[in-house]
Amino acid sequence: MKFSVFISPKAIRSELTSSTKEGVIAELVDALVSAGDIKADDKDDIVKAILKREELGSTGIGRGVAVPHTKHASVEKLIGTVGVSAEGLDFESLDGQKASLFFLLVSPPDRPGDHLRALENISRQLRDDQFCRFLRQSKTADDIQQLLEEADRSQFGS
Amino acid sequence: MSSATLHRTVTVLNPEGLHMRPADKLVRAAAAFQCQIELERAGQIADCRSMISLLTLGAMQGCELVLRASGPDADAAIETIGHLFDSQFNESSN
Repeated sequence: MKFSVFISPKAIRSELTSSTKEGVIAELVDALVSAGDIKADDKDDIVKAILKREELGSTGIGRGVAVPHTKHASVEKLIGTVGVSAEGLDFESLDGQKASLFFLLVSPPDRPGDHLRALENISRQLRDDQFCRFLRQSKTADDIQQLLEEADRSQFGS
Repeated sequence: MSSATLHRTVTVLNPEGLHMRPADKLVRAAAAFQCQIELERAGQIADCRSMISLLTLGAMQGCELVLRASGPDADAAIETIGHLFDSQFNESSN
């Protein structure tokens, strides 16, 4: 599943300011609210659900990347955003590294296949060192958006 | 001590497929062994010690994978990891 199908361009954040797991998750959910992808009224509940999922095991998957996510009945299709933190922060990742790249996903409860296909795409691109490096070096949301478009055109990875 | 490669077929039984929680359990289980452990889906190979690698498989419910282990404790690894698949990674469906 290509990034353009589930990443909301207006919710991309190139300069995350929070230094905690909770903070970064709230910042990215806020970004989805600002972009009009989720309702402001649902924000707190979605943040809470994502944090609850983190309690079951960190979504820090290695290479400095985390994929915080939840199912939520308020969304009709899988929606996600990307955030970059210059400093990186402790996300209790499996490999013990700080996380600096975030892909936050909110999916409808009845669509596990879409969630899996999004994870498949994200992880395939992440295997490419160049993709990870360019993403970390992105200065603006537009840079990130362009990078995702290039990835969708298979400029990176397999 | 044999260094032969052992393998068996495993099936993803979890309704939500091989998503992050089962993948996390796989990585943790694989870390306890010395042998190399791989999963293959239609020619695509994933390293069981890497979450990112496992997620690239995009293995949905019903998907058949070849579990392969080579090294001194390959036997035990196949047994332990095979059991994780058979028991749906001890996940309750939600």
